[in-house]
Amino acid sequence: MPIETLIALIPALPLAGFLFAVLAGARLDRLPSHGHDDHGDGHADDHGGHSGHGGETHASHAETDDSGFRTGPSEEEQRATSPHAGHADDLANSNGADGVIPAESNDGLGQVGHVVEGGPQPVYRSWMVPTALVAVGWLFSMIVFASVVFGGNTYHVRVYEWIGSGSFRIQIAFLVDGLTAMLLLVVSTVGLLVHVYSIGYMNGDRGMWRFFAYLNLFMFSMLLLILGDNFLMLYVGWEAVGLCSYALIGFWYKKPSAAGAAKKAFVVNRVGDFGFGLGIMMIWTLLGTLDFGEVFARIGSLSPVAITVIGLLLFAGAIGKSAQFPLHVWLPDAMEGPTPVSALIHAATMVNAGVYMVARTNPIFSASPTAMWAVAGIGVFTAIFAAAIALTQNDIKKVLAYSTVSQLAYMFFALGIGAWVAAIFHLVSHGFFKGLLFMGSGSVIHGASGEQDMRYLGGLRDRMKWTYRTMVIGSLALAGIPIFAGFFSKDEILGEAFNRGYYLFYAVGVVVAFMTAFYTFRMIYMTFHGRWRGPRDAWRHVHESAPTMVAPLLILAVPTILAGLLLGLPPDGGAIHGWLEEVFRGAEEAGAGILPGSIAAAGNAGFALFGFGGLLLLIGASVGVAGIWVAHGWYVRDPEAPARFVARIPFGLGPGMYAASVNKYYVDDLYGLIWARGGVLVANALWWFDAKVIDGAVNGAGWLAQRIGGLLRRAQTGRVQNYGLGMAAGLVLVIVAYLVIRP
Amino acid sequence: MGLQGYLIVSTLLFGIGAFGFLARRNAILMLICIELMLNAVNLSLIAFNAYLPGSSNAGAIFALLVMAVAAAEATVGLALVIAIIRTRQTPEVDEYSDLKD
Repeated sequence: MPIETLIALIPALPLAGFLFAVLAGARLDRLPSHGHDDHGDGHADDHGGHSGHGGETHASHAETDDSGFRTGPSEEEQRATSPHAGHADDLANSNGADGVIPAESNDGLGQVGHVVEGGPQPVYRSWMVPTALVAVGWLFSMIVFASVVFGGNTYHVRVYEWIGSGSFRIQIAFLVDGLTAMLLLVVSTVGLLVHVYSIGYMNGDRGMWRFFAYLNLFMFSMLLLILGDNFLMLYVGWEAVGLCSYALIGFWYKKPSAAGAAKKAFVVNRVGDFGFGLGIMMIWTLLGTLDFGEVFARIGSLSPVAITVIGLLLFAGAIGKSAQFPLHVWLPDAMEGPTPVSALIHAATMVNAGVYMVARTNPIFSASPTAMWAVAGIGVFTAIFAAAIALTQNDIKKVLAYSTVSQLAYMFFALGIGAWVAAIFHLVSHGFFKGLLFMGSGSVIHGASGEQDMRYLGGLRDRMKWTYRTMVIGSLALAGIPIFAGFFSKDEILGEAFNRGYYLFYAVGVVVAFMTAFYTFRMIYMTFHGRWRGPRDAWRHVHESAPTMVAPLLILAVPTILAGLLLGLPPDGGAIHGWLEEVFRGAEEAGAGILPGSIAAAGNAGFALFGFGGLLLLIGASVGVAGIWVAHGWYVRDPEAPARFVARIPFGLGPGMYAASVNKYYVDDLYGLIWARGGVLVANALWWFDAKVIDGAVNGAGWLAQRIGGLLRRAQTGRVQNYGLGMAAGLVLVIVAYLVIRP
Repeated sequence: MGLQGYLIVSTLLFGIGAFGFLARRNAILMLICIELMLNAVNLSLIAFNAYLPGSSNAGAIFALLVMAVAAAEATVGLALVIAIIRTRQTPEVDEYSDLKD
């Protein structure tokens, strides 16, 4: 098969998987709660036992549904009701969740089949076809990746003209160059592994077919996003991954916190997407095309102000999708979704879309220093901001979520200073090791009966050996310890920052690297070392996860160890630089982001191991080690140390600073106050206006008509002569008027 | 005596008819007054037809049309008036004020 066909098939396969799962998935799973399990007709399969309750209101229906076949609380149910599980969410309308669920989709939601004692075992087959299709897609992706990266090819596949309306012409066309190939590597690989992982993780969830349908739809959207060769396709993929993110965060939609988190993610993303949409419209208005190649070739013809505005609007979209300050609030809440979703969407792929978009549109950004500064500034600030929150979070997934925000911010920081390749390098290595860490945390949660508060975990390394080992590998990469992937990519960013003259940003980056190493190993030590601090009953159930869950961890550990060595050596000139050279050539030649007076401006940015570059590497590695050492000292050797440290902060600021960090610097509360409460106030004001002014005007019009009619009714005497007189008078009037006017 | 004479008679007839229509309260008399006005108009139409050149008998034809319509109107009107007199037991139009307000 020609490569072009493969490229067109890569997004088509998961789309087919989605359609298959939607149409046939529900019939493939056999759930023991229903008496019949052989005749498969869609809805009856889901609701066969309850078809008699059609007339009841939905809420009570759902309750019947719950109690009808379960003998004990399920794992996810515990997860939902655990006092530590999730925090109430500002934007969430907690009570709204139950009422809006259509009875048709009342499946899933933690109604675990296998707790029925002695009943027929549930059978799950809905994962097979979607996973197989994604596996085939992965194979195609790797062929395309190899052809692009090793063969040096660039593919431009035109499928057909999608929109042809006057001068507005949009092709369905795929562009595969080095940048897309790198994304393809991460998205396809992590996507496939998450599918495999989900087979084990979602086992026992009645909504499994729905889960795999959403996962496949997500894969399709994400591949469309990275393969599209024009802004509209990028935008369609962009919105579609947002939709899938919404659907998957709210997968357990009966849990109010999950429903609220999904809504919050969707709403916050809309804010950024609005700017992104405006940016695309502006490009169309000014240049008359949305094709990447044409836009980038002609962007120089615009005024600097227009380029800056376009750049900032596009970046607004990236801020939303990649969860940068001030739109970062949705990502930590998104951890309400199932953990495979967190690994795939909220760590390895979708949140990278913003980085990809800025890198893809590098000709626009490199033409606007202001936009570059905005990207770098937001990046640096978010990096330290999110890291400072991650320091004190107790939920294992929240630590990783804030870490993701912080690492994405690193990438934006790199993009903003013109270190394009370093940003993509970090994207790739981060995609692998953060996917690994999230899946590892999912394995922990699964093994520890749904507990995800690290204060109630501990000592798991004896019972979850492989999870422990792989997570330590992932953490070493995240902490930036040499030979692991994160070390090379992170230090390349820091080195570029130094070379290009961003000394303050460099210093902040080093501090963030220290904090990253600290909170990562705080998580490891609290989860896997020490003693079990949770309920004793739960400890007896702690077990290593199923092979389908451990295998993806082991597979992902390989690129986590090797990606840096393969792609990043020698520093500042690794293989990835050659692969991406073509994409960023224009921006590199323009010298975008290089500050005057810096080392790079002087032209001697070459790396020397026994010179300046080596010193920077040493600093990068040693802050990582220092972070781990501090974490070890505080959480293993001397658990009293954190409290003493807080007490030692001068002016008694310690407890306040701790509280601020735990409470995410009150950003969520502030937004809740401004947007949720403010929204209520505005709505009340508008309601008053509507009730008093609008309704007043309408009623006033009616009242006026009534009064006028009341006056006119007196003319209606009912006497024929009066009417006749009126007619005669009118006739006389007309004749007189005629005579007066005529001369 | 020329056109003016006919027009004066016609105006007088019309005025009598109009006055009768407005002043009398008997429904049948009001109908008769309407007929009077119509015939006053007919008279002026015929007079114009006779005295004005180039009118090609349009006035006469129009007068015939008016007579036809007047006959129809008198038939329907009289039927209505008799019907209402029968139900109301009075020809006085003052009594027929149910449509007021």
